[in-house]
Amino acid sequence: MAKKLLVSVNVNGRERQAEVEPRLLLVHFIREALQLTGTHIGCDTSHCGACTVVLNGKTIKSCTMFAVQADGGEILTVEGLMQDGNLHPLQEGFKDQHGLQCGFCTPGMLMSSYVLLHNNPKPSEEEIRRGISGNLCRCTGYQNIVGAVQYASAKMAQGGAK
Amino acid sequence: MIPPAFEYLRPKTIPEAIAFLQQYGEDAKILSGGQSLIPMMKLRIARPAYLVDINRISGLSYIKEDGGFLKIGGLTREAELESSPLVQSKYPILLDTAHVIADPQVRNLATVGGNLAHGDPANDHPATMLALGAQIVATGSGGERIIPIEEFFLSLFSTALQPGEILTEIRVPVSTARSGGAYFKLERKVGDFATAAVAAQVTMDANGTVQKVGIALTNDGPTPIKAKKAEDFLRGKKLDEANIQQAGQLAADEAQPSSDLRGPAEYKKGLVKELAKRALSRAAERTGK
Repeated sequence: MAKKLLVSVNVNGRERQAEVEPRLLLVHFIREALQLTGTHIGCDTSHCGACTVVLNGKTIKSCTMFAVQADGGEILTVEGLMQDGNLHPLQEGFKDQHGLQCGFCTPGMLMSSYVLLHNNPKPSEEEIRRGISGNLCRCTGYQNIVGAVQYASAKMAQGGAK
Repeated sequence: MIPPAFEYLRPKTIPEAIAFLQQYGEDAKILSGGQSLIPMMKLRIARPAYLVDINRISGLSYIKEDGGFLKIGGLTREAELESSPLVQSKYPILLDTAHVIADPQVRNLATVGGNLAHGDPANDHPATMLALGAQIVATGSGGERIIPIEEFFLSLFSTALQPGEILTEIRVPVSTARSGGAYFKLERKVGDFATAAVAAQVTMDANGTVQKVGIALTNDGPTPIKAKKAEDFLRGKKLDEANIQQAGQLAADEAQPSSDLRGPAEYKKGLVKELAKRALSRAAERTGK
């Protein structure tokens, strides 16, 4: 077995560390070493985006990165979206607009939408669909997911959270 | 799926990276964006004993015009290509290409250098770079050498890069007046490899006939294919509908697609003809600007 390496990351605002094998995927590090199981493993072949997290401000598929690559970085997972005990406007939007059924794709959808709205606070429908094009949903047909993102965009424009 | 165990190396400079690659030879692979390599490792199709992560090496990510070329650093992310004002305004064929590579998450990590160095004919940049007549800069222990793109793709997953060399820069001839290009790709869904795709780049002379032309095909054979017969046909001719139609047919004749789960070979050849026509028409429009 290859020797273990120390990985230090800031996850949802907290410093976390673990000794890991180089071949440990970031998604397994998040789910098992950090016990943050909101990030899901869907296809394991880099297609579905259920494993999407934000690393250093950009969305990435955590099943297609080794934990050691994220060393020194800042990670935001779905568990980090709530602020001061309040749902993020995106989470509210998914609830209000029925943007989920089984919920399996939802964490990935939330993280992609989060970065989309951060970079483009008032996206058109086409921009939303492009922005979530790396996240697959088998239940909803995407319409209400788009509605949820539009809800959040409007809410945040009124001066909600960022 | 879990890759086999490997040693992870994180050089801080290019010479350090090259030294690792030379030391471990065939047992080492470069880790760039990892969006092609890591899925192969997870399936255990690729089993490098040593992974040389070059992502922390500074100075390998840039997009700039210099000395008659658009120079793109090997570590430039596809997302950076997409959002570059220079690419958006002067090299729309590169924008077309970056837009259809995988999806937003993958484009945040995937690199232009990796897309070429991986040697997969299903990747999108190879055809575009062939159409553009680009050059590859390979850096090894002996310094830099330039590889013309026509000599770069040897066979499936095999390029002209030697062990111990890193693809550090891509050079595209600088955009000139009366030139334009486009990339058209048909995919089953966002993020898929091409069912078929065609890149076309043309430069017109003052009389409105084709002076320079590059046409290349994605995922239609074991390497990206330069449609030389179509190119030879168009040179010196007007880019009218009849000539575009004929060029499309010639490009389709040069395609060697396999029948697979994306469709039968005959269907893909038909696609090549249609996509070549669309790419040439769009390229023609863009020369007028």
